[in-house]
Amino acid sequence: MELIINGDKVEVPNKITTVSSLLQHFGINQKVVIVELNQSILEKGSHQETTISDRDKIEIVNFVGGG
Amino acid sequence: MSERYSRQELFSPIGKDGQSKISRKHVLVIGAGALGTGSAEALVRAGVGKLTIVDRDYVEWSNLQRQQLYVEEDAKQRMPKTVAAEKRLRMINSEVDIQASVLDVSVEEIEQLIDEVDLIMDATDNFDIRMIINDISQKYQIPWIYGACVGSYGISHTILPGETPCLHCLLETVPMGGVTCDTAGIISPAVQMVVAYQTTEAMKLLVEDYHALRKKLVSFDLWKNHHTAIGVDKLKKEDCSSCGQSPTYPFLSFENRTKTAVLCGRDTVQIRPPERMNRDLEKLATILSEQGGRVSLNPYLLSFQIEKHRLVLFKDGRVLIHGTKDIAKAKTLYHRYLG
Ligand SMILES: [Zn+2]
Repeated sequence: MELIINGDKVEVPNKITTVSSLLQHFGINQKVVIVELNQSILEKGSHQETTISDRDKIEIVNFVGGG
Repeated sequence: MSERYSRQELFSPIGKDGQSKISRKHVLVIGAGALGTGSAEALVRAGVGKLTIVDRDYVEWSNLQRQQLYVEEDAKQRMPKTVAAEKRLRMINSEVDIQASVLDVSVEEIEQLIDEVDLIMDATDNFDIRMIINDISQKYQIPWIYGACVGSYGISHTILPGETPCLHCLLETVPMGGVTCDTAGIISPAVQMVVAYQTTEAMKLLVEDYHALRKKLVSFDLWKNHHTAIGVDKLKKEDCSSCGQSPTYPFLSFENRTKTAVLCGRDTVQIRPPERMNRDLEKLATILSEQGGRVSLNPYLLSFQIEKHRLVLFKDGRVLIHGTKDIAKAKTLYHRYLG
Protein backbone atom coordinates (compact mmCIF):
# COMPACT_ATOMS: atom_id res chain seq x y z
CA MET A 1 0.00 0.00 0.00
CA GLU A 2 1.24 3.47 -0.84
CA LEU A 3 0.76 6.35 1.58
CA ILE A 4 1.77 9.98 1.36
CA ILE A 5 3.42 10.77 4.65
CA ASN A 6 4.62 14.33 5.33
CA GLY A 7 4.58 14.88 1.57
CA ASP A 8 6.64 11.81 0.61
CA LYS A 9 5.34 8.67 -1.07
CA VAL A 10 5.99 5.74 1.25
CA GLU A 11 5.35 2.02 0.66
CA VAL A 12 4.10 0.17 3.72
CA PRO A 13 3.09 -3.49 4.10
CA ASN A 14 -0.61 -4.20 3.51
CA LYS A 15 -1.00 -5.71 6.96
CA ILE A 16 -0.83 -2.18 8.36
CA THR A 17 -4.46 -1.18 8.66
CA THR A 18 -4.71 1.38 11.46
CA VAL A 19 -2.97 4.58 12.51
CA SER A 20 -1.64 2.81 15.62
CA SER A 21 -0.06 0.02 13.60
CA LEU A 22 1.46 2.60 11.26
CA LEU A 23 3.08 4.44 14.18
CA GLN A 24 4.31 1.10 15.47
CA HIS A 25 5.73 0.28 12.03
CA PHE A 26 7.82 3.45 12.15
CA GLY A 27 8.83 2.80 15.75
CA ILE A 28 7.26 6.03 16.98
CA ASN A 29 4.31 4.58 18.88
CA GLN A 30 6.05 5.49 22.16
CA LYS A 31 6.55 9.10 21.13
CA VAL A 32 4.09 11.92 21.51
CA VAL A 33 2.72 12.61 18.06
CA ILE A 34 -0.22 14.35 16.47
CA VAL A 35 -1.59 12.72 13.33
CA GLU A 36 -3.61 14.28 10.56
CA LEU A 37 -5.33 11.93 8.11
CA ASN A 38 -6.55 13.39 4.81
CA GLN A 39 -6.52 16.85 6.37
CA SER A 40 -8.57 15.94 9.37
CA ILE A 41 -6.88 15.87 12.73
CA LEU A 42 -7.21 12.74 14.86
CA GLU A 43 -7.91 12.57 18.57
CA LYS A 44 -5.21 10.56 20.35
CA GLY A 45 -7.74 8.04 21.59
CA SER A 46 -8.85 7.24 18.05
CA HIS A 47 -5.52 6.04 16.61
CA GLN A 48 -6.38 2.43 17.38
CA GLU A 49 -9.68 2.33 15.50
CA THR A 50 -8.85 4.72 12.65
CA THR A 51 -8.19 2.67 9.52
CA ILE A 52 -5.93 3.76 6.72
CA SER A 53 -6.01 2.83 3.08
CA ASP A 54 -4.04 3.18 -0.14
CA ARG A 55 -3.17 6.76 -1.20
CA ASP A 56 -4.14 8.29 2.15
CA LYS A 57 -2.39 11.55 2.96
CA ILE A 58 -0.95 11.49 6.46
CA GLU A 59 0.90 14.17 8.38
CA ILE A 60 2.75 13.16 11.53
CA VAL A 61 4.06 15.79 13.93
CA ASN A 62 6.44 14.62 16.61
CA PHE A 63 6.83 16.62 19.82
CA VAL A 64 10.47 17.10 20.75
CA GLY A 65 11.98 18.80 23.77
CA GLY A 66 15.39 20.17 22.79
CA GLY A 67 16.09 23.83 22.50
CA MET B 1 17.68 57.11 16.73
CA SER B 2 14.77 57.01 14.28
CA GLU B 3 16.96 55.36 11.62
CA ARG B 4 17.40 52.22 13.65
CA TYR B 5 13.94 50.76 13.02
CA SER B 6 13.29 52.38 9.64
CA ARG B 7 13.26 49.11 7.66
CA GLN B 8 10.93 47.48 10.12
CA GLU B 9 8.61 50.50 10.04
CA LEU B 10 8.57 50.40 6.24
CA PHE B 11 7.19 46.88 6.51
CA SER B 12 3.51 47.81 6.43
CA PRO B 13 2.07 45.21 8.84
CA ILE B 14 4.29 46.80 11.50
CA GLY B 15 4.62 50.46 10.51
CA LYS B 16 5.31 53.29 12.94
CA ASP B 17 2.32 52.31 15.08
CA GLY B 18 3.51 48.74 15.37
CA GLN B 19 7.02 49.86 16.23
CA SER B 20 5.68 52.04 18.99
CA LYS B 21 3.70 49.07 20.36
CA ILE B 22 6.79 46.84 20.23
CA SER B 23 8.72 49.45 22.20
CA ARG B 24 6.18 49.30 25.03
CA LYS B 25 6.11 45.51 25.38
CA HIS B 26 7.89 43.21 27.81
CA VAL B 27 8.96 39.74 26.73
CA LEU B 28 10.20 37.00 29.04
CA VAL B 29 12.60 34.53 27.38
CA ILE B 30 12.98 31.35 29.40
CA GLY B 31 16.26 29.69 28.53
CA ALA B 32 19.42 31.14 27.01
CA GLY B 33 20.59 28.22 24.92
CA ALA B 34 20.25 27.97 21.16
CA LEU B 35 16.63 29.09 20.90
CA GLY B 36 16.90 31.65 23.70
CA THR B 37 19.93 33.45 22.29
CA GLY B 38 18.30 33.50 18.85
CA SER B 39 14.98 34.85 20.10
CA ALA B 40 16.56 37.35 22.46
CA GLU B 41 18.81 38.77 19.75
CA ALA B 42 15.95 39.09 17.26
CA LEU B 43 13.65 40.80 19.77
CA VAL B 44 16.33 43.15 21.08
CA ARG B 45 17.26 44.16 17.52
CA ALA B 46 13.56 44.65 16.80
CA GLY B 47 13.38 47.14 19.66
CA VAL B 48 11.21 45.42 22.26
CA GLY B 49 10.77 47.68 25.31
CA LYS B 50 11.97 45.24 27.91
CA LEU B 51 13.44 41.77 27.69
CA THR B 52 13.93 39.46 30.63
CA ILE B 53 16.06 36.38 30.07
CA VAL B 54 16.78 33.61 32.55
CA ASP B 55 18.90 30.47 32.42
CA ARG B 56 20.54 28.11 34.90
CA ASP B 57 23.55 27.08 32.88
CA TYR B 58 26.99 28.37 31.88
CA VAL B 59 28.69 28.56 28.48
CA GLU B 60 30.61 25.54 27.23
CA TRP B 61 32.59 24.97 24.05
CA SER B 62 29.91 22.71 22.61
CA ASN B 63 27.47 25.64 22.72
CA LEU B 64 29.40 27.88 20.33
CA GLN B 65 28.31 26.01 17.19
CA ARG B 66 24.74 27.31 17.53
CA GLN B 67 24.23 29.64 20.52
CA GLN B 68 24.67 32.90 18.73
CA LEU B 69 25.35 35.36 21.56
CA TYR B 70 28.42 33.56 22.92
CA VAL B 71 32.10 33.80 22.05
CA GLU B 72 35.17 31.72 22.91
CA GLU B 73 36.05 33.84 25.91
CA ASP B 74 32.67 33.01 27.50
CA ALA B 75 33.38 29.29 27.18
CA LYS B 76 36.93 29.68 28.51
CA GLN B 77 35.67 31.50 31.58
CA ARG B 78 32.56 29.33 31.98
CA MET B 79 30.45 32.46 32.11
CA PRO B 80 26.85 31.98 33.17
CA LYS B 81 24.84 32.13 29.98
CA THR B 82 22.66 35.05 30.96
CA VAL B 83 25.66 37.11 32.10
CA ALA B 84 27.32 36.63 28.71
CA ALA B 85 24.03 37.11 26.86
CA GLU B 86 23.22 40.34 28.68
CA LYS B 87 26.61 41.81 27.85
CA ARG B 88 26.22 41.04 24.16
CA LEU B 89 22.57 42.16 24.00
CA ARG B 90 23.45 45.54 25.52
CA MET B 91 26.10 46.01 22.86
CA ILE B 92 23.50 45.22 20.18
CA ASN B 93 20.84 47.63 21.45
CA SER B 94 21.40 49.87 24.44
CA GLU B 95 17.85 51.25 24.19
CA VAL B 96 16.29 48.02 25.43
CA ASP B 97 15.78 47.40 29.14
CA ILE B 98 17.49 44.04 29.53
CA GLN B 99 17.08 42.05 32.71
CA ALA B 100 19.13 38.88 32.90
CA SER B 101 19.47 36.46 35.77
CA VAL B 102 21.25 33.22 36.52
CA LEU B 103 18.28 31.28 37.70
CA ASP B 104 16.84 27.81 37.54
CA VAL B 105 13.20 28.68 37.06
CA SER B 106 10.35 26.76 38.52
CA VAL B 107 6.89 27.90 39.60
CA GLU B 108 7.82 30.56 42.21
CA GLU B 109 10.55 32.09 40.07
CA ILE B 110 8.32 32.44 37.02
CA GLU B 111 5.49 33.84 39.12
CA GLN B 112 7.91 36.49 40.40
CA LEU B 113 9.10 37.31 36.88
CA ILE B 114 5.67 37.40 35.25
CA ASP B 115 4.53 40.83 36.45
CA GLU B 116 3.71 43.07 33.43
CA VAL B 117 5.03 40.49 30.96
CA ASP B 118 3.19 40.54 27.61
CA LEU B 119 4.61 37.36 26.11
CA ILE B 120 6.64 34.32 27.15
CA MET B 121 9.11 32.79 24.70
CA ASP B 122 9.89 29.13 25.30
CA ALA B 123 13.57 28.40 24.86
CA THR B 124 13.75 25.57 27.36
CA ASP B 125 14.93 22.03 26.81
CA ASN B 126 12.41 19.88 28.66
CA PHE B 127 8.69 19.32 29.05
CA ASP B 128 8.60 19.62 32.85
CA ILE B 129 9.28 23.31 32.61
CA ARG B 130 7.10 23.74 29.52
CA MET B 131 4.08 22.34 31.34
CA ILE B 132 4.73 24.84 34.15
CA ILE B 133 4.99 27.68 31.62
CA ASN B 134 1.77 26.41 30.04
CA ASP B 135 -0.11 26.54 33.35
CA ILE B 136 1.32 29.97 34.24
CA SER B 137 0.26 31.23 30.82
CA GLN B 138 -3.31 30.08 31.45
CA LYS B 139 -3.45 31.30 35.03
CA TYR B 140 -2.18 34.81 34.21
CA GLN B 141 -3.61 34.93 30.66
CA ILE B 142 -0.27 35.57 28.98
CA PRO B 143 0.43 34.06 25.55
CA TRP B 144 3.47 31.85 25.08
CA ILE B 145 5.23 30.35 22.07
CA TYR B 146 6.44 26.77 22.23
CA GLY B 147 9.53 25.96 20.20
CA ALA B 148 11.85 22.96 20.11
CA CYS B 149 14.34 21.29 17.84
CA VAL B 150 16.58 18.26 17.52
CA GLY B 151 18.78 17.14 14.62
CA SER B 152 17.39 18.91 11.56
CA TYR B 153 13.84 18.81 12.92
CA GLY B 154 11.88 21.59 14.60
CA ILE B 155 8.40 22.36 15.86
CA SER B 156 6.50 25.41 17.09
CA HIS B 157 3.03 26.28 18.36
CA THR B 158 1.60 29.57 19.60
CA ILE B 159 -0.63 29.32 22.66
CA LEU B 160 -3.16 32.09 23.21
CA PRO B 161 -5.15 31.61 26.43
CA GLY B 162 -8.86 31.45 25.71
CA GLU B 163 -8.28 30.89 21.99
CA THR B 164 -6.01 28.03 21.03
CA PRO B 165 -5.58 24.58 22.55
CA CYS B 166 -2.85 24.66 25.18
CA LEU B 167 0.19 22.38 25.30
CA HIS B 168 -1.58 20.16 27.83
CA CYS B 169 -4.46 19.67 25.34
CA LEU B 170 -2.00 18.65 22.64
CA LEU B 171 0.24 16.39 24.69
CA GLU B 172 -2.23 14.93 27.20
CA THR B 173 0.72 13.51 29.13
CA VAL B 174 4.23 14.81 29.64
CA PRO B 175 6.65 13.09 27.26
CA MET B 176 9.36 11.19 29.08
CA GLY B 177 12.90 10.12 28.34
CA GLY B 178 14.03 9.98 24.74
CA VAL B 179 11.76 12.70 23.47
CA THR B 180 13.01 15.21 26.02
CA CYS B 181 16.64 14.29 26.04
CA ASP B 182 17.80 13.40 22.61
CA THR B 183 21.34 12.58 21.72
CA ALA B 184 20.76 13.02 17.99
CA GLY B 185 22.69 16.29 17.89
CA ILE B 186 21.47 19.50 16.34
CA ILE B 187 22.36 21.70 13.38
CA SER B 188 22.09 25.45 13.71
CA PRO B 189 19.75 26.02 10.72
CA ALA B 190 17.12 23.94 12.53
CA VAL B 191 17.51 26.28 15.51
CA GLN B 192 17.29 29.34 13.26
CA MET B 193 14.16 28.06 11.58
CA VAL B 194 12.39 27.56 14.92
CA VAL B 195 13.61 30.99 16.04
CA ALA B 196 12.22 32.47 12.82
CA TYR B 197 8.80 30.89 13.45
CA GLN B 198 8.77 31.90 17.11
CA THR B 199 9.95 35.48 16.68
CA THR B 200 7.65 36.19 13.72
CA GLU B 201 4.67 35.06 15.77
CA ALA B 202 6.05 37.15 18.65
CA MET B 203 6.15 40.26 16.46
CA LYS B 204 2.55 39.68 15.36
CA LEU B 205 1.50 39.46 19.00
CA LEU B 206 3.54 42.49 20.03
CA VAL B 207 1.98 44.66 17.30
CA GLU B 208 -1.42 43.10 18.13
CA ASP B 209 -1.98 41.82 14.59
CA TYR B 210 -3.87 38.76 15.81
CA HIS B 211 -5.38 37.96 12.39
CA ALA B 212 -1.91 37.34 11.04
CA LEU B 213 -1.11 34.58 13.56
CA ARG B 214 -0.32 31.21 11.97
CA LYS B 215 -3.04 29.33 13.89
CA LYS B 216 -1.40 26.02 13.05
CA LEU B 217 1.07 23.66 14.66
CA VAL B 218 4.13 23.78 12.43
CA SER B 219 6.95 21.27 12.07
CA PHE B 220 9.73 20.73 9.58
CA ASP B 221 12.76 18.64 8.82
CA LEU B 222 15.31 20.68 6.90
CA TRP B 223 17.47 17.68 6.01
CA LYS B 224 14.57 15.53 4.81
CA ASN B 225 12.89 18.51 3.11
CA HIS B 226 9.62 18.11 5.00
CA HIS B 227 7.26 20.81 6.10
CA THR B 228 3.94 20.32 7.87
CA ALA B 229 1.39 22.76 9.26
CA ILE B 230 -1.77 21.36 10.77
CA GLY B 231 -4.77 22.99 12.38
CA VAL B 232 -5.17 21.68 15.92
CA ASP B 233 -8.17 23.71 17.14
CA LYS B 234 -10.25 20.53 17.35
CA LEU B 235 -7.88 19.25 20.05
CA LYS B 236 -8.84 21.99 22.51
CA LYS B 237 -10.48 20.21 25.41
CA GLU B 238 -13.29 21.73 27.44
CA ASP B 239 -12.23 19.63 30.42
CA CYS B 240 -8.49 20.35 30.13
CA SER B 241 -7.18 20.90 33.67
CA SER B 242 -4.89 23.68 32.39
CA CYS B 243 -7.10 25.65 29.97
CA GLY B 244 -10.61 24.15 30.31
CA GLN B 245 -13.78 25.32 32.07
CA SER B 246 -12.54 24.74 35.60
CA PRO B 247 -8.78 24.72 35.52
CA THR B 248 -6.70 23.42 38.45
CA TYR B 249 -3.27 24.19 36.91
CA PRO B 250 -1.89 20.78 37.93
CA PHE B 251 1.71 21.60 37.02
CA LEU B 252 1.86 24.46 39.50
CA SER B 253 1.31 22.13 42.43
CA PHE B 254 4.27 20.86 44.36
CA GLU B 255 3.91 17.13 43.67
CA ASN B 256 4.43 17.51 39.94
CA ARG B 257 7.81 19.17 40.21
CA THR B 258 11.23 17.67 39.75
CA LYS B 259 14.12 18.54 41.96
CA THR B 260 16.64 16.55 39.99
CA ALA B 261 16.88 16.60 36.22
CA VAL B 262 19.03 14.90 33.63
CA LEU B 263 20.16 17.66 31.26
CA CYS B 264 19.47 17.25 27.58
CA GLY B 265 22.11 15.15 25.80
CA ARG B 266 24.84 16.20 28.19
CA ASP B 267 25.66 13.33 30.51
CA THR B 268 24.83 15.69 33.35
CA VAL B 269 22.45 15.68 36.29
CA GLN B 270 21.25 18.84 38.00
CA ILE B 271 20.41 18.75 41.69
CA ARG B 272 18.43 21.63 43.05
CA PRO B 273 18.08 21.99 46.81
CA PRO B 274 14.48 22.51 47.96
CA GLU B 275 15.27 26.00 49.26
CA ARG B 276 17.26 28.70 47.54
CA MET B 277 20.67 29.10 49.17
CA ASN B 278 23.48 31.59 49.11
CA ARG B 279 26.53 29.36 48.94
CA ASP B 280 29.87 30.76 50.08
CA LEU B 281 31.82 29.58 47.06
CA GLU B 282 35.22 30.71 48.32
CA LYS B 283 34.85 28.80 51.54
CA LEU B 284 33.69 25.74 49.63
CA ALA B 285 36.66 26.06 47.28
CA THR B 286 38.99 25.77 50.26
CA ILE B 287 37.15 22.77 51.69
CA LEU B 288 36.92 20.96 48.36
CA SER B 289 40.56 21.50 47.41
CA GLU B 290 41.43 19.47 50.50
CA GLN B 291 39.48 16.53 49.04
CA GLY B 292 42.09 15.96 46.38
CA GLY B 293 40.19 17.20 43.35
CA ARG B 294 40.90 20.16 41.11
CA VAL B 295 39.04 23.34 41.99
CA SER B 296 38.48 26.47 39.91
CA LEU B 297 36.40 29.47 40.81
CA ASN B 298 34.83 32.47 39.09
CA PRO B 299 32.45 35.01 40.68
CA TYR B 300 29.39 32.95 39.73
CA LEU B 301 30.36 29.33 40.09
CA LEU B 302 32.82 26.83 41.39
CA SER B 303 34.03 23.86 39.38
CA PHE B 304 35.37 20.78 41.16
CA GLN B 305 36.92 17.93 39.14
CA ILE B 306 37.25 14.66 40.97
CA GLU B 307 38.21 11.51 39.04
CA LYS B 308 35.89 11.30 36.05
CA HIS B 309 33.21 13.57 37.47
CA ARG B 310 32.97 17.30 37.57
CA LEU B 311 30.74 19.12 40.04
CA VAL B 312 29.75 22.67 39.21
CA LEU B 313 28.27 24.63 42.12
CA PHE B 314 26.20 27.77 41.72
CA LYS B 315 25.66 30.46 44.34
CA ASP B 316 21.92 29.71 44.50
CA GLY B 317 22.63 26.19 45.72
CA ARG B 318 22.27 24.24 42.50
CA VAL B 319 24.86 21.70 41.51
CA LEU B 320 25.51 20.22 38.08
CA ILE B 321 27.13 16.80 38.14
CA HIS B 322 28.88 16.08 34.86
CA GLY B 323 29.95 12.63 33.81
CA THR B 324 26.80 10.73 34.73
CA LYS B 325 23.20 10.37 33.63
CA ASP B 326 22.36 8.37 36.70
CA ILE B 327 20.40 10.44 39.22
CA ALA B 328 21.25 8.10 42.13
CA LYS B 329 24.96 8.25 41.34
CA ALA B 330 24.75 12.02 41.08
CA LYS B 331 23.04 12.24 44.46
CA THR B 332 25.76 10.07 45.99
CA LEU B 333 28.46 12.43 44.72
CA TYR B 334 26.45 15.46 45.84
CA HIS B 335 26.09 14.17 49.37
CA ARG B 336 29.66 12.88 49.51
CA TYR B 337 31.19 16.28 48.86
CA LEU B 338 28.50 18.71 49.97
CA GLY B 339 26.96 16.93 52.91
ZN1 LIG C 1 -5.60 22.80 27.46
